[in-house]
Amino acid sequence: MNRYPIWKNALVIVALILGLIYTLPNFFGEAPAVQVSTARTGVQIDAALMTQVESTLKDAAIAHTGLTLDTTGVRVRLADTDTQLKTRDVLEKALNPDPVDGKYVVALNLLSKSPDWLRSFGALPMYLGLDLRGGVHFLLQVDMQGATIKRLDSMASDLRTQLREMNIRHGGISREGSTIVLRFRDAAGRDAARSAAEKALPEMVWTQGQSGADYLYTGRMSELAETDLRESAIKQNILTLQKRVNELGVAEPIIQQQGADRIVVQLPGVQDVAKAKDLIGRTATLEVRLVDQEAMTSGNMEGLEVYPENSRSGGVSNVPVKKQVILTGERFETAQASFDDSNRPAVAVKLDATGGRIMRTVTRENLKKLMVILLFEKGRGEAISVATIQGEFGDRFQITGQFSPQETNTLAILIRSGALAAPMEIIEERVIGPSLGAENIEKGFDSTLWGFVAIAVFMIFYYAVFGFISTTALAANLLFLIALLSLLQATLTLPGIAAIALTLGMAIDANVLINERIREELRNGVTPQAAISAGYERAWATILDSNITTLIAGIALLVFGSGPVRGFAVVHCLGILTSMFSAVVVSRAIVNMVYGRARKLEKVSIGTVWKPGANL
Amino acid sequence: MEFFRIRRDIPFMRKALVFNVISFVTFLLAVFFLTTRGLHLSVEFTGGTLMEISYSEAADLQGVRKALTDSGFSEPQVQNFGTARDVLIRLPLVKDVDSAKVSQQVIATLSAGDGPKPELRRVEYVGPQIGKELAEDGALALMFVICGIMAYLAMRFEWRYAVSAIIANLHDVVIILGFFAAFQWEFSLPVLAAVLAVLGYSVNESVVVFDRVREVFRNARKRTLTVPEVMDNAITSTISRTIITHGSTQMMVLSMLLFGGEALHYFAVALTIGICFGIYSSVLVACPLAMWLGVKREQLIKPPKRKEEAVV
Repeated sequence: MNRYPIWKNALVIVALILGLIYTLPNFFGEAPAVQVSTARTGVQIDAALMTQVESTLKDAAIAHTGLTLDTTGVRVRLADTDTQLKTRDVLEKALNPDPVDGKYVVALNLLSKSPDWLRSFGALPMYLGLDLRGGVHFLLQVDMQGATIKRLDSMASDLRTQLREMNIRHGGISREGSTIVLRFRDAAGRDAARSAAEKALPEMVWTQGQSGADYLYTGRMSELAETDLRESAIKQNILTLQKRVNELGVAEPIIQQQGADRIVVQLPGVQDVAKAKDLIGRTATLEVRLVDQEAMTSGNMEGLEVYPENSRSGGVSNVPVKKQVILTGERFETAQASFDDSNRPAVAVKLDATGGRIMRTVTRENLKKLMVILLFEKGRGEAISVATIQGEFGDRFQITGQFSPQETNTLAILIRSGALAAPMEIIEERVIGPSLGAENIEKGFDSTLWGFVAIAVFMIFYYAVFGFISTTALAANLLFLIALLSLLQATLTLPGIAAIALTLGMAIDANVLINERIREELRNGVTPQAAISAGYERAWATILDSNITTLIAGIALLVFGSGPVRGFAVVHCLGILTSMFSAVVVSRAIVNMVYGRARKLEKVSIGTVWKPGANL
Repeated sequence: MEFFRIRRDIPFMRKALVFNVISFVTFLLAVFFLTTRGLHLSVEFTGGTLMEISYSEAADLQGVRKALTDSGFSEPQVQNFGTARDVLIRLPLVKDVDSAKVSQQVIATLSAGDGPKPELRRVEYVGPQIGKELAEDGALALMFVICGIMAYLAMRFEWRYAVSAIIANLHDVVIILGFFAAFQWEFSLPVLAAVLAVLGYSVNESVVVFDRVREVFRNARKRTLTVPEVMDNAITSTISRTIITHGSTQMMVLSMLLFGGEALHYFAVALTIGICFGIYSSVLVACPLAMWLGVKREQLIKPPKRKEEAVV
């Protein structure tokens, strides 16, 4: 008698049902959709936006098949791709009246057509990698050394100013490698400079030394300061990239840090690589100039440089500016949203020492005049702040106005994006055309399908009913694997599909082992029921051993692999785990169902059991 | 149906020396090709630009090559890929040139002439630092697999089995690499994945046989068998499973080879070689090795503890 306890049967049934639920979304395909998300921080995604989208669609007489709102944006499902394109244009025009500076990203997207009740389980289709859906992948290396040197240079020049102001004489301040070296003629000078240096640059660690006749005072960045610098450089570059990618109108961009100093940018569905690359590699520049106030009051702006300013009321005003550039983006060290003395939102800006010196002179001479900060992107300038100079100031100042905290945040980001914190370089690029993506899916699917069919035919032919059971277990394995991949939302790539196929090909091993064992037992004259039981039991140790060795290889690939190899490894490892369950537990459950109840089982259908001596 | 109607144990071990000589010769050949020709590494490892473009009609390879050389690209490799309309272009890394812009320049160059316009299908650009890291990671992964499997086998069986299984399967890996070197097939990341997967898979095979060896050693009725006879018995009784399993896996791989297209081609090729040599090596290399390393019945059977007797 071979019977499973009720809980074990229930386990198999529950597993199969769950497998089915999470696999189902993959069969419904995808519907064209348009997605509206924010292009800047501070723009709210709320019910009002949804109402606006809805009424816009109504006015344009566009029929949609569903409208959803979540934290990331509003999504409109549409019947076909023609309507999708039309809807995008209509929404773009309605939501972004100013095409140059859009508040929203209106992007084409694909949404799963699976019914609502499936979505309520959190069941989603598998997440396809770029090689299956087409798109662009960049790996950018942030030049940390460049960032450090830039920072040290500005520190050295800060210190120079500081010492001059304090009338401390020195024999030179220079950056040597990753250190700042101060030279003095005598020990007294060095001691005098010491407290000043420590106060001005608390993030440095200082050591004293002597070289020939010179007294040295050498500073290097503390570990903490260096980590800080690294982190803020990466973070700022990611922010800048996000802002730029928003302009491309990509539905699901991925911009992530990878390792200590790398950033991954993945733009599914983007085909215009040149544009994407241009946008990512672009450096915006910042300039500070004075406003030509005569022209502004007279309104006669002929022959002058004029830049638009987006006022908070929504209008655009033109700002005539003077030719002379006071400062450029390199002089800006940080810009942060903060509050001024009377607790009004403000943007606190810090310049480097040289910038501070220039600023001091300019502000002294131009009190109560208007100063403008210009941001140039794609060769187009925009006045991001026009403010009256209220007093003489140096390297630290605040921009105030009738700002909301969100606005100061945006302005700070805008100023910071004026220069990437650290230079970046593209070290890996992958572009996959959409037709290639679709072909890859088809090829991967075909390989798996025909391989499966071949194995199924052979198994049923060779092992009869047991072969059929093995095939069913293999199908259950495929079901579990796809369900698991959908549930985890692991990225499926072409090597991943290859891993599905290979894992299925390897998983049948367990069933072959079991079936061969059962035949062997039968050959030795054991009764069918005992043979089944012994076959499963004895094969189990071997199955476990062999799966563990395969799993070791899989884990190695997972740990050390990157890109395509990791995609392969994830599926391979998951597949090994699901195969152990399906090949042993699921197939046994079916065998028990078919044969387990018979009290006197004369024969099982497992193909020919040949015995030496019998002449067949 | 039954393919394997074996009446008596097949005396594999009597021919052990022959098998080992065959292995050794293949191994030496593989090493020879690896050292003389080396692997044809893909862009992922060497760094450089790889582009796949397709034309609406059969592509003029000479024209493409000439257009590229004329616009100053050094050593462009241009070849057909899959069909006559698809072209694969490989460009090496050039120092002091912003390689990240190469793909755009190539497309611009090829679209400039009159004649059919190319459609960009795929671009892969890898900078020099990435390639080096990938090679290092690959080596690390291999080390991890070897150590992991050795440790597991040593724990599960005995060190002699672990050593012979690993040697047998590394010999597979070297032979796969030898094939790739001899025929100058492109060695890419997916191929590396296939090689490591095969390593895990054929160790599998050795495990199954060694499991049997242990079982036979422990079987009281088979006490009289000598060590070679035990090996023969174990191999013979698992051979049917070995061939059917590998046959099934190979069916899947064959399907990949037939339907998977260019992208999965070498992946499937590596698996095919790995599976074929895997059967051979794990059975006919690992067992003789284990035998010569001196496995014995006693090593696998814990000696029964003597009861302490005391006379007072």
